[in-house]
Order: sequence, then C-alpha cells, then structure tokens
Amino acid sequence: MAEFTLPKNSVLIEGKTFKAPVGATHIRRFEVYRWDPESGENPRIDAFELDMDSCGPMVLDAILKIKNEIDSSLTFRRSCREGVCGSCAMTINGKNSLACTKAIDSYSGTIKIYPLPHMPVVKDLVADLTHFYAQYASIKPWIESQTPAPADSERLQSKEDREKLDGLYDCVLCACCSTSCPSYWWNSERYLGPAVLLQAYRWLVDSRDESTGERLDELEDPFKLYRCHTIMNCTDTCPKGLNPAKAIAETKKMLVQRKLG
Amino acid sequence: MAINTNRPTSPHLQVYRLPLTGIISISHRITGVMLSAGLILFVYVISALAGGEDSYKAMQAVMSLWLLKLICWSFIYALFFHLCHGVRHLIWDSGNSFELDTLNRYAIIELAASLILTLMTFAGGYYGL
Repeated sequence: MAEFTLPKNSVLIEGKTFKAPVGATHIRRFEVYRWDPESGENPRIDAFELDMDSCGPMVLDAILKIKNEIDSSLTFRRSCREGVCGSCAMTINGKNSLACTKAIDSYSGTIKIYPLPHMPVVKDLVADLTHFYAQYASIKPWIESQTPAPADSERLQSKEDREKLDGLYDCVLCACCSTSCPSYWWNSERYLGPAVLLQAYRWLVDSRDESTGERLDELEDPFKLYRCHTIMNCTDTCPKGLNPAKAIAETKKMLVQRKLG
Repeated sequence: MAINTNRPTSPHLQVYRLPLTGIISISHRITGVMLSAGLILFVYVISALAGGEDSYKAMQAVMSLWLLKLICWSFIYALFFHLCHGVRHLIWDSGNSFELDTLNRYAIIELAASLILTLMTFAGGYYGL
C-alpha cells in the first residue's frame, strides 16, 4: 500500500558538519545520507565541505574523497567508475543516476546524495537489492528453447533480429529506473518495475528464445505488468539513456495482439 | 555491538524531484478524482433545471457566487486537461512517442491545449457562440 510518509525509524535527524580545510578557495558542499546499523539512531544527513582543487571531476570522486580523507566509515557501492557496472546508483539532487558518470560541475550549489529511493537501507548509501534481484530471476533471464542447438555452430541470429536487442541488452541493472518509479514504491512486492520488465521484454523479442507464449502468460497480471501507469520517471532517469517505458508499452501491445490473434 | 536489522526505508517523495511527465501523471489522477466529486455539483445543476422556475432561480443565485464560479471553471479546465492527457495515453498505448526529447514537448502541448480549450469555452459562453 502507498505510504507517503517515512516510517518512524526512517525519519531523518540532524547530522554532523565537516568544514573545509583552512585556506581552501574552491569549496563545494555535499550533504550525504548516513545510517549506521550499529548506532541504534535514526538516519541523518552529514554535510561535507570539500576543496574542489584537490578533488576529481565526478560525484563519485567526491564520495571517494570523503571516504579517503574525512570519514572512512562512509559506505557505498562502486566498482568500474565508468558507467558499465551499475554499482554506484544513488539519488543525486533528486534524480537517480550513477555517481561515476555525473560531473560535479553539472550541478549548482549543494549536492544532496541519498540511497536509491524507497528501499531498505543496509548502511549509508547501500540499498538492499535482494528483492529486486529475486524479481529479475523470476522472469527467467536466459534463453529457453526446445529445439536442440546446432551441432557445429552457435544459435545464429540475422542482423535485423540482433538489432531488436539494442537498447535492451545494454541495461546494467543498476535499479535507477525501478526505484524512481512511484508505482514501484507503492507496489514493489507485486509490481516487477521498469528494469525487470525491460529485461522481460529483452527475452520476448529474442529470435532464439522459444518460450514467448509462456513468458507472456507470466506477465499477464494486474500487478506484475499493469501497475505501469506511464509516469515516465524510468525513461527520464535511466543513466544509460534506455527506454524501459517503451519496452513495457511494447509488451502490453504484444499481449493485445496475441488476444486479437 | 548488536546489529540493528530494523532497516530504515530510504527517502522517496521527500527527496525525489518528479519530472514534468511525473507531475502531469499525478495531476491526471487528481483531476480524475476531482471530476468524479464535481459530478455532484453537475447533478445539482441538472436537477435544478428539471425542478421548475423557482429551483432554477435558486440554482442561478448559488452558481453566481464567486467561489462556485471558480469551482466551475476549475472543473472545466480539469475536464480538458484530463481529456488531453487521456489522448496522450492513447498515443502511448499505440507504442509511439516514448522518446526522451518528445516527453516534455508533449507535456507542454497538453497543458497549452487544455488552457486553449478552456478559453474557447469561456469565449463561447461569453459571446454566446
């Protein structure tokens, strides 16, 4: 059910402020969501003033600088630092993105950083994605076919069939889109959300997959698929420039076309 | 030290900045609810029309109050806005115009179209067209 306010244990309290070093001339302020499972306290917002003359250009660089030089307890996920792994997904100034692909200079004023919205927090900026991954597994993200594989080659695809996967296989499952979706906020137990539905569509249009019918049967559900109300936050926020809303619309179209025979 | 497994929920509505399409989407819902509630007023007007001269006059007096005039025009604007976004949904349902650069453009077209339709209704009523 939709709960528009935060539960009691999630309400933010005031945090600490870490001043910039004396003599710094080029200062930016970062406000970061913190929650320590060992403290027994509510989450808080800590403010860090950083000297930009000794900081890399991206938001992730600023977070790394905080961890390396100011507060080593700051916890977050990161790996590739070039937008291909999807680990450093977070809410930066009210929009989900990958911290490693967002330039600090593309924002003005204070930069506010939160974990992905409406998710259980493990610590600081780390959201618990267990349920999200379980939903991904539920759509069977692998080829299902009855036809035996050719003895001496791979299952080949025409160039045109391969092109149908462009904009779908590129998804890195960072969860930016799903956690930007109000429908997913209120119904994530049963609604699959944009990221998983984009993946579901990726297997629906794969020319090598032979279980399109069963896949559509699975999706034909008032919650799993039809909780999408075309709010478009997903497409607006995708750091890879993909279009989950379009994939969902195409899936709905496939269901209608199947019904009309 | 004991680990607190009572995990907090990360902020959502409190921190997320809805894009224009998101704002229009929730407005579509709100106007839908408002239009349903507004039907009560509409039924009142219709029944007053059917009730003869006295009830008609009483209704006219009530409807000329500025607050009710405002409600009436809000109802008309909400109706056109709801209609325009409904048409937008039909275009989406056909699988078209999902591209990022068209989203804001269509949103502005919807808002402008609903305003123009409201102004046309006003002009139509005012000049008796």
